[in-house]
Amino acid sequence: MERYIPLLVLLCLWQVLCSFGIVASYVLPSPIEIAAGFSDLVTVGMPPGHLLYYHILYSLYRVSVGFSVACVFGAPLGLLMGWSPRFHNLFSPIIEIVRPIPPLAWIPIAIVWLGIGIKSAAFIIFLGAFFPILLNTASGVIAINPILIDAAKTLNATQRDIFFKVLVQGSLPSIFVGMRVGMGVAWMTLVAAEFSGVKEGYGLGFMIMTARDIQRPDEILAGMIVIGIIGFSIDWLFRAWESRIRPWG
Amino acid sequence: MNKVYLELVGIGKTFLDEKQGTKTCAIAQIDLQIEKGRFISFVGPSGCGKSTLLRIISGLENSFEGEVFLDGKRILEPHSEIGLVFQQYALFPWRTMCENIEMGLEIMGMRKTERRAVAKEYIRLFGMEGFERLYPCQLSGGMQQRVAIARTLVMNPKVVMMDEPFGSLDSQTRNDMQEFLMDLRQKRNDTVLFVTHNVDEAVFLSDQIVVLSKRPARILRIFEINCSKPRDRTSKEANDIRREVIGILRRERTDTSPVGC
Repeated sequence: MERYIPLLVLLCLWQVLCSFGIVASYVLPSPIEIAAGFSDLVTVGMPPGHLLYYHILYSLYRVSVGFSVACVFGAPLGLLMGWSPRFHNLFSPIIEIVRPIPPLAWIPIAIVWLGIGIKSAAFIIFLGAFFPILLNTASGVIAINPILIDAAKTLNATQRDIFFKVLVQGSLPSIFVGMRVGMGVAWMTLVAAEFSGVKEGYGLGFMIMTARDIQRPDEILAGMIVIGIIGFSIDWLFRAWESRIRPWG
Repeated sequence: MNKVYLELVGIGKTFLDEKQGTKTCAIAQIDLQIEKGRFISFVGPSGCGKSTLLRIISGLENSFEGEVFLDGKRILEPHSEIGLVFQQYALFPWRTMCENIEMGLEIMGMRKTERRAVAKEYIRLFGMEGFERLYPCQLSGGMQQRVAIARTLVMNPKVVMMDEPFGSLDSQTRNDMQEFLMDLRQKRNDTVLFVTHNVDEAVFLSDQIVVLSKRPARILRIFEINCSKPRDRTSKEANDIRREVIGILRRERTDTSPVGC
C-alpha cells in the first residue's frame, strides 16, 4: 500500500491549492470538481443528452473495427515477411516509406476518400495499429531459433509444417506484443481522430472537444481520466488473455 | 561380421564467408563404415567439426563433399530415419512434454488418440509420468534432454545421432543420463552416433570410439571397446582406453603445425 502514498499526498495537495484559490478552477479544477464533472458526464451527458456510456461504446466500436482489420492484415503479412527474405525485400521499401507518416496526418485525405464517419475513423486506427503488429510479427518470426526449424526438419516437416507448426506458433508471443503496442497506438489515435470530426455525435474525443467548446475543464479532465483508464484496462485484458493462451514462460 | 549400415564416403566441408572472402576448412576427409546396432562415439578437440559431421549425416547441410549412405540409400535431405538430438535440446517451447514427443507423429498424420498413446508409452519407458502437461521451461535440464531423446526415438529412426546431449548437465545428472541411455540400449539396440568431448562418457557408453583431429577434422584412430555391459567406470580396461584417448587428444592440442585441407 506504501506505493499509493505519494499519489494520495499529491491529490491532497492539489485539492488544497484549489480550495484556497491559489490555482483558479477554470485553469485547473480540483479533484472534487473533476469527480463532480465525471458524475455530470454520466448523468447529464456532454453535450447534454449524450451520455458517457454511449461515448465509450462508440469509441470502442471504432477502435475494434480498425484494430481488427489491422490484425487480419498485419499478422499474416508479418509472418510472410519473416518467413521469406524475398518477400521482406520486396515489401520493406513500401513499408519504410509509409510507416513514418503519422496516422493523424492521414486524417484530411481519409475524409476526402471515405467521408466523415466510421470508415475514415477505422482507417486512421488501422494505420496506427497495423505497423506495430506487422513489424513485431516479422521480427518474432526472424527471432525463432533456427535450431527449432532444423529439429522440425529431422522430424520430416514440410515447408508447410514448418510455417504453421513452428513459425506461427513460435512468433505468437511477438504477435501479442505487436497487438498490445498496436492497441495502445490505436487508442491514442482514435481520440485524436475524433477531434476532427464524427458524424454520429458520439466518441470520447468528441466529448472532450465539446467540453472545451463550452468551457468545462472539469469534464475535459474527467474525460481524459476515463480515456486513460479504458486504455489501461484494454492493456490489462490483453495481458490476461496472453497468459491464458500462452502458458509457457 | 555385420554388413555395413551407415557409410560415410570422403566427407569434407568448407565454410565460405562471402563477406570476408575467407574459407574455413572444417572437415578434411572422413571415411567410415558403421554396422547396425552399434554405439559409436566421436571425440575430438572442441571446435573440430564434430557437430558439423552430424549435421551432414542428418541431411541438414546442403553443401559438402562426399556421400552418406544409409542402408544402401544416399542421404540428400533430412528424414526421420536419421534422428538427431540437439545439444541445446531444441524442444518447442510452446508445446507440452507430450506434444513435443508427438510432433513427428503429428507431421506423419497419425490420429490424435493414436499418437497420444504412443507418446504415453515413451513417457512411461523414460520414467517421466506426471510431467506430460508441463512445458519445457518447467522441466529440469535432464528431463528436457530425455524429452528430446524421446521425441527422436518415437519415430523409430534407423540411426540415432546425439550432439553432446549431456554437455550442459551437472555431473550427477550426466551420470544418471548415461545410465539411462545404457538401460535404453539394452531394450532397443538402436544404432547410435554420439558426439562428446567427455572421454569418460565415450568409454562408458560406446562400442567404438572414433578420435578426430583438430580442425580440419580427420579420423586419427578408432578404438574398439569390447568389455561387458553394464560397465565399471573404473575398471582397468576402461582406464587404459581412457588414458590412450586422452593422450592422443593432448598431443593434438599441443601440436601447432599447420594443416591444410
